[in-house]
Amino acid sequence: MKRFAVSAAALGFAFWLISALLNLPATLIDLRPLLAEAIPKSGVAHPVTAVLLNTRGYDTLLEIAVLLVALIGVLIAVPPGNPALSERPATADDAMVPALARLVAPLAVFFAIYVLWAGAHRPGGAFQAAAILAAALVLLHLAGLTAAWSAPTLRLRIGLIAGFLIFLAIAAAPLLGGMLLQYPPALVGTLILVIESGLTISLALVLAGLFLLLADRGGVR
Amino acid sequence: MIEHLTHLALPLLILLPLTSAALAFALGPGRGASLVIASSALQLLLALLLAATIGSAGPSHHAAGGWGAPLGIDLVADGLAAAMLLLTQGVALALFVFARGYFHQDSQDADHWAPAGRYFWPLASFLVAGMNALYLSEDIFNLYVTLELVGLAAVGLVASGGGATQTAAALRYLFAAILGSGAYLLGVALLYGSYGSVSIAALTPAIAASAPAVTTVALVAALLMVTGLLIKSALFPFHFWLPPAHGGSPAPVSALLSALVVKASIYLVLRLWLGPLQPLLAPFAWLPAILGASAILWGSWQAIRAERLKLLVAYSTVAQLGYLFIALPLAAASTTGVAPVAIVTLQAVAHGLAKAAMFAAAGIILHATGRDRVSDVAGIAERLPLTLFTFALAGVSLMGLPPSGGFLAKWLLIDLALAQGQWWLVAVIIAGGLLAAVYIFRVLRQAFLNLPEAEIEAEHQKARVVPRSAEWAAFALAASSILLGIFGGVPLLQLVGGSV
Amino acid sequence: MTTGLLFALTGVVLFAAGAAALLLVDHLLRRVLAFNIMGSGACLVLVGLAQRNGVPDPVPQAMVLTGIVVAVAATGLALALIRRLHAQTGATTLPRDGADND
Repeated sequence: MKRFAVSAAALGFAFWLISALLNLPATLIDLRPLLAEAIPKSGVAHPVTAVLLNTRGYDTLLEIAVLLVALIGVLIAVPPGNPALSERPATADDAMVPALARLVAPLAVFFAIYVLWAGAHRPGGAFQAAAILAAALVLLHLAGLTAAWSAPTLRLRIGLIAGFLIFLAIAAAPLLGGMLLQYPPALVGTLILVIESGLTISLALVLAGLFLLLADRGGVR
Repeated sequence: MIEHLTHLALPLLILLPLTSAALAFALGPGRGASLVIASSALQLLLALLLAATIGSAGPSHHAAGGWGAPLGIDLVADGLAAAMLLLTQGVALALFVFARGYFHQDSQDADHWAPAGRYFWPLASFLVAGMNALYLSEDIFNLYVTLELVGLAAVGLVASGGGATQTAAALRYLFAAILGSGAYLLGVALLYGSYGSVSIAALTPAIAASAPAVTTVALVAALLMVTGLLIKSALFPFHFWLPPAHGGSPAPVSALLSALVVKASIYLVLRLWLGPLQPLLAPFAWLPAILGASAILWGSWQAIRAERLKLLVAYSTVAQLGYLFIALPLAAASTTGVAPVAIVTLQAVAHGLAKAAMFAAAGIILHATGRDRVSDVAGIAERLPLTLFTFALAGVSLMGLPPSGGFLAKWLLIDLALAQGQWWLVAVIIAGGLLAAVYIFRVLRQAFLNLPEAEIEAEHQKARVVPRSAEWAAFALAASSILLGIFGGVPLLQLVGGSV
Repeated sequence: MTTGLLFALTGVVLFAAGAAALLLVDHLLRRVLAFNIMGSGACLVLVGLAQRNGVPDPVPQAMVLTGIVVAVAATGLALALIRRLHAQTGATTLPRDGADND
């Protein structure tokens, strides 16, 4: 009964909305020309990066807070003092896997640096670079080369928040004479690169943490 | 100097808690209390400064990035936002002082491995940052990010209880929260597609002047956003996730969630409903009012039946939130007298203070007795007189007895309903007060029961010490909810009434 | 019909399917999948609808990147809690409504 009612409601909703969308006229406000005008002042050439780190950089600042909150939530869900934590997983029966991982991991670092740099003028940027680095960390773990993470040490905790703190500092500094995140025009390109570099490291650790803090625990694989 | 500080108050109310959250995390598990408390005190000063400035000079704006809407994101504080910011900083500061005592006590407990206090400080600080950002944002997509920040931080805090029931409660809460924010996000997507902007200032005139072909999509968007927010606000019948989450968490967490977090999404419902979405949603205004009335009756009834003390307090929240919605149709129709939004805000503030005090008091009682049945509070009057007084004072405000803030709010609500001839709402408000009296006196009656001498002795033996600072912090909250009715009501009504 | 509009309509269908599944399925992992399908649907609508006239719009594209990261965060937290619940109780579903109230 519930199944039928919910499915019917979902179908009805989809039909109602689709029929309305088919007749939707063009919008009166168009941000594209506004953004095109803003890009030369934004410090980067790629429009999506300009929105992410400049015109709507404040969204990105909060979104990193969301990621950190999720990481803390994961730490809460992992009870401390689990003895199985610091042992290396013995997954790799096949010698090829660790050998390949050793080859791929440095390449991933190289590729991440390229993606970070590319973000200024084509698709790329801190998140993509961080995802590649995090994938390399996960790969090293799955290949049996590094251990899963237990409760983070001071050094790791600093690494996890460093990017966020750099972003916060650069966001707050303009308040001395202007608005939040209002980069000085002369430095805007450099500052965005600094923010993105910091975020790449920290986000890579956060994303890897979401996996490695949960890895190989409680006998579940 | 003051002018410059006010200009900075908006971003600093977001940056300060974000920074202290990050630093508290770096300091390590269980650390960072002093940092977060100091930051909260500073935030409270900023919120006071902001409220004073807005009272005299009108709303305050800040264009993040210097671009200005619609390309950038604007922060705006009007009287309503300032009142909510003041409530948030004030309650958070008192609860943080309470939590320091409460968790310090916990950590001396060797067999108590519950990680409740390990990550409380960074998460609670992120939570406050998220709420402050939500109250200040003028951009419906940015509001989505703040909603997620608040929601995920709250879920993490619920899970910090550590037990299987808390994990289940956290998951139930998480699924409700992401269903709600998913619906909200689709609404945002449809509004952007229909009007080309996510700035409330740009959307308000655009929606009012919509062409008929746009109206249907915009209506779907409005319904999605409001429904999503109502799920997050735990309005009856979407309240299913609230009692386990609020009733099962560590006391400081329950208090933060019940006093503040649910208010954030309700604030957004009011802000959007009475703002940009008004032309679309006007015909539906009775629906939340009817649900609110049902919440008052159903929540109170469940509180009367609840066996566990904290579950009783949690169901009381389900009931008290109902009052915030019954004024919605009145707000649209009202033209003279006290602004309905101001009355709703007064009720939100009164409930926030009283509920924070009540959950804190309940936490102290549970700590002292080690049990959480309502029947277990027997004899507590002798052992924890200050805490019982706190509980009773908070109860006075929840019942709506004079001279509390709750009384003033409910009195003005009745006045408003009478002026518009809505007799059934008057009946619901009075019935809600009577039912609240029943569940609160249920606890107080038990507390004053005399235990046999031998039992008192036995209770004293196993009694655990709750730091005095925690007891006084809870008392300060309860006393504020009473003083609000005497001193704070009129300035608050003026602050909010002048702005919307 | 432009590809942008087609993306948006697909997004509506995905959203409706994901939301319905979130309400109907009990297994917690499936619920996480349902939520991700629902979120992807909303993101498709955001990007697709904005460029239904065929001209790309970078603003919603950037917003969707933010939305994806938020979804990753929520998914990670959900998976951690699901594992915790499984370790504590052996259950892969939530207790029936209200059963964890007392």
